[in-house]
Amino acid sequence: MDMNEIKEIFFQECEEGLAELETGLLALNDGDDDPETVNAVFRAVHSIKGGAGAFALDDLVSFAHVFETTLDCVRSKQLEATRDVVKVLLKSADVLADLTNAARDGGSVDPARCQALVADLEALANGEIPASDDAVADEPAAEAESAPADEPAPEAQAEGEDDFKPIPVQFDDLEEKGDDFEPVPFSFDDFGTDQAPSANIFRIVFKPKPDLYLKGNETLLLLRELDQLGTLDVACDWSELPAIDELDPEGAYLTWDATLTTSEDEDAVRSVFEFAEWDCELTIAAAGEEAETAEDAAPQPDVEPETDESQPDTEQEDVSASKEEEQAEPVEKLELPNVIDLQQAAGANRQQAAESAAAPKAQATASASGAGSTIRVELGRIDRLINLVGELVINQAMLAQSVTESATSGSSAVTMGLEDLQQLTREIQDSVMAIRAQPVKPIFQRMSRTVREAAEMVGKNVRLVTEGEATEVDKTVIDKLSEPLTHMIRNAVDHGLESPQDREAAGKPAEGIVKLSAKHRSGRIVLEIADDGAGINREKVRQKAIDRGLISAEATLSDEEIDNMIFHPGFSTAEQLSDISGRGVGMDVVKRSIQALGGRVGITSTPGKGSVFTMSLPLTLAVLDGMVVSVGEQTLVVPLTSIIETLKPETEHIHGFGASGQLISIRDSFKPLIDVGQILNFSNMPTDPLAGVALLVDSEDGGQSALLVDAIQGQRQVVIKSLEANYANVPGIAAATILGDGQVALIVDVEAVVSASRSGALKSEMSLAAVG
Amino acid sequence: MHQTSKNLAEGARELIAFRIGEQEFCVDIMSVREIRGWTPATALPHSPGYVLGVINLRGAVLPIVDLSSRLGMNESDPSARHVIIVAQVHQKVVGLLVDAVSDILTVTDDNIQPTPEVSSELDRSFAKGVLAIEGRMICLIELESIFPEGESEAA
Repeated sequence: MDMNEIKEIFFQECEEGLAELETGLLALNDGDDDPETVNAVFRAVHSIKGGAGAFALDDLVSFAHVFETTLDCVRSKQLEATRDVVKVLLKSADVLADLTNAARDGGSVDPARCQALVADLEALANGEIPASDDAVADEPAAEAESAPADEPAPEAQAEGEDDFKPIPVQFDDLEEKGDDFEPVPFSFDDFGTDQAPSANIFRIVFKPKPDLYLKGNETLLLLRELDQLGTLDVACDWSELPAIDELDPEGAYLTWDATLTTSEDEDAVRSVFEFAEWDCELTIAAAGEEAETAEDAAPQPDVEPETDESQPDTEQEDVSASKEEEQAEPVEKLELPNVIDLQQAAGANRQQAAESAAAPKAQATASASGAGSTIRVELGRIDRLINLVGELVINQAMLAQSVTESATSGSSAVTMGLEDLQQLTREIQDSVMAIRAQPVKPIFQRMSRTVREAAEMVGKNVRLVTEGEATEVDKTVIDKLSEPLTHMIRNAVDHGLESPQDREAAGKPAEGIVKLSAKHRSGRIVLEIADDGAGINREKVRQKAIDRGLISAEATLSDEEIDNMIFHPGFSTAEQLSDISGRGVGMDVVKRSIQALGGRVGITSTPGKGSVFTMSLPLTLAVLDGMVVSVGEQTLVVPLTSIIETLKPETEHIHGFGASGQLISIRDSFKPLIDVGQILNFSNMPTDPLAGVALLVDSEDGGQSALLVDAIQGQRQVVIKSLEANYANVPGIAAATILGDGQVALIVDVEAVVSASRSGALKSEMSLAAVG
Repeated sequence: MHQTSKNLAEGARELIAFRIGEQEFCVDIMSVREIRGWTPATALPHSPGYVLGVINLRGAVLPIVDLSSRLGMNESDPSARHVIIVAQVHQKVVGLLVDAVSDILTVTDDNIQPTPEVSSELDRSFAKGVLAIEGRMICLIELESIFPEGESEAA
């Protein structure tokens, strides 16, 4: 596994982390005050920072660091997660996502935006927010490790400035005295020393390697986390610190010798160093056994720069011994040189602190066990599998057909075997498709950012409510969903919702709500984008349509027809063109791209109450249920979803209309009768309606048409094959498939055929990409 | 095939020669994926006359081009004796309908003569050169110019 692969994994994890981050923050925004939520958010940022450090992604690390610092304040309840605070945090999450993307794909993030947020975050960490009345900035011992070996992290200075007590370090002295220097005891008096009652005592010798700092870990945070477990005495051994002119600024020279009195067991202590243990030399020993060796080791812990987990022999024995005696009786507190007293108000949040310290471990266990139940698979492999299963389905159908044709129907064993095979094939196909099914949640999460940004741009106050995030749909659909959704969400924010003033004038809360929901309905996924805005101004839409010559001034249109005008190309009702929508390529492009996916989109609107856009899409783009029909000598497949009913036309139902047009009356309503063979140029002779079959289909504008074909052969599930892969987009044809006899059959693009029958010519589909 | 390519002299390359009517043509062997017999194709609506339709090539949908018609000669009447050369052109795979495959030629660039100045439907842009092999005249055609990228989009 080379570096790039590892990096790729890191970015995948980042994506998951960012998703988790956003979920958590949104939960906080909705008033969730579960400490575990805050912890999850904190962990997400922390692991991104840690990973980014390993790849020397400095921008990412430094931003994540500031972010993490602020989150830590929230976690320790020094900062209340008010709406305003969460807003800054959400913005930070966006920037973090941008930075991650920039790190992966190149490119850069607006430094001014970063700087502004860094400033905001630091302000929050320092308690400079009117919303929180507590003084927040009592960050304990923030710079306790700001010895020369510390990684250059200037922003870290900000967090603890108020408390930071400079420690005079006389480098000249050090140089002269060498190993014999006198310990310099110092302590932070602010914090009382209230000893925890009966507890385990651990001696922890922690010697970071330079890599630890490179990966974004920080001794301070580790020690602080230890401190939350109980009462901590820390001594710093700087005997290895070289003279300043020999000092490598990125080196690590300090050894920390800590004594922890805690009610937690050794595992909890170890879990603190979970992300760091590969990059340090770490000895954790229960003090009961430690006492005797402490004499030798404590004054100058002789930790040699070997690989991790390798300690001087005596200590190693101690570790193994102490593991058996985890519950060792507490012994007297060790006196250690260079004591930094980190005893915080330890009793205060003991329970919560223990929880938060245990949390990373819990997560690690979860991900470890999770690794057993899920695996990452390259999408290409699944696609290959799906293709193969597609072949299997075709082959099975071919086999079935040839068995039927060879008239061995007497042999029931063959027929039964075939039936079993058919069932198995179908099951395999379903299971394989399920592999690729994904919840829409990630897309929905992306939309919350879209809403935030769009709302900010147009100066509205908008909240996104999502529903049915767990609804699963094939990956092929997911990938294509985001673009039309983004368009529609922006549209809802920009056009759907009124300005806060108008809303208040109308007696609504200033904050508008955009609701995004997903659900399964009859083998399709239905997405709804609802806003609680003013609804469509039908008078304005109508006037505009007349102005643009889209309809005549006398035309009487139903409300539904007027609403659907907004899907007309070149239609935009925004009085002022804004940055985010209103170029007039909005809704018609959305409609076309959804149609290209085999979907439909519609709108319902109630004046004063808002509008609801409804999209319905197939669950997969890999297979579809189709009706196999004959047209001339051709076999075509018509997607079953677009067929409402089939009927055999009778003489009295067929009415000529104009020169060549024909209408069919179905229960006294007249529908255009479309000769598919002629539209697709398969036959020169018009099909005799009385000899053929009419398929009543729905078209997107709400109207219905009847497609005339020669005969219906049957109904079956077909595997969609792209024509574009080796050829090109064929107007009137959505895709191809392979039938049981091995022949290619074309899948009819019903919408294109219907619109061609109106305009008289087939045009290629316009896609979102083509318009921009 | 790798073995033979290695044994080839510097600058030499292999071509597949095939027949359309009375004339012989050849294409670079590296662009040929396989050669197979004719199977009836499914016609595509509104396609150019030289596109006979699509066939199923082990699950992939493969367009079939009547090369004779594409080169401006007579339209073929495909039969079981016709042959389809499956070739890769740009990123796409197409089937070329020809009368028969005749030979594999090993030539160097020196063997290839420039296309003579003639006014013919067989445009000079299709023909990269001509070869004289054992008294036969074989025209080297370039698939990339027969199927330029993006042309199919217009079709």
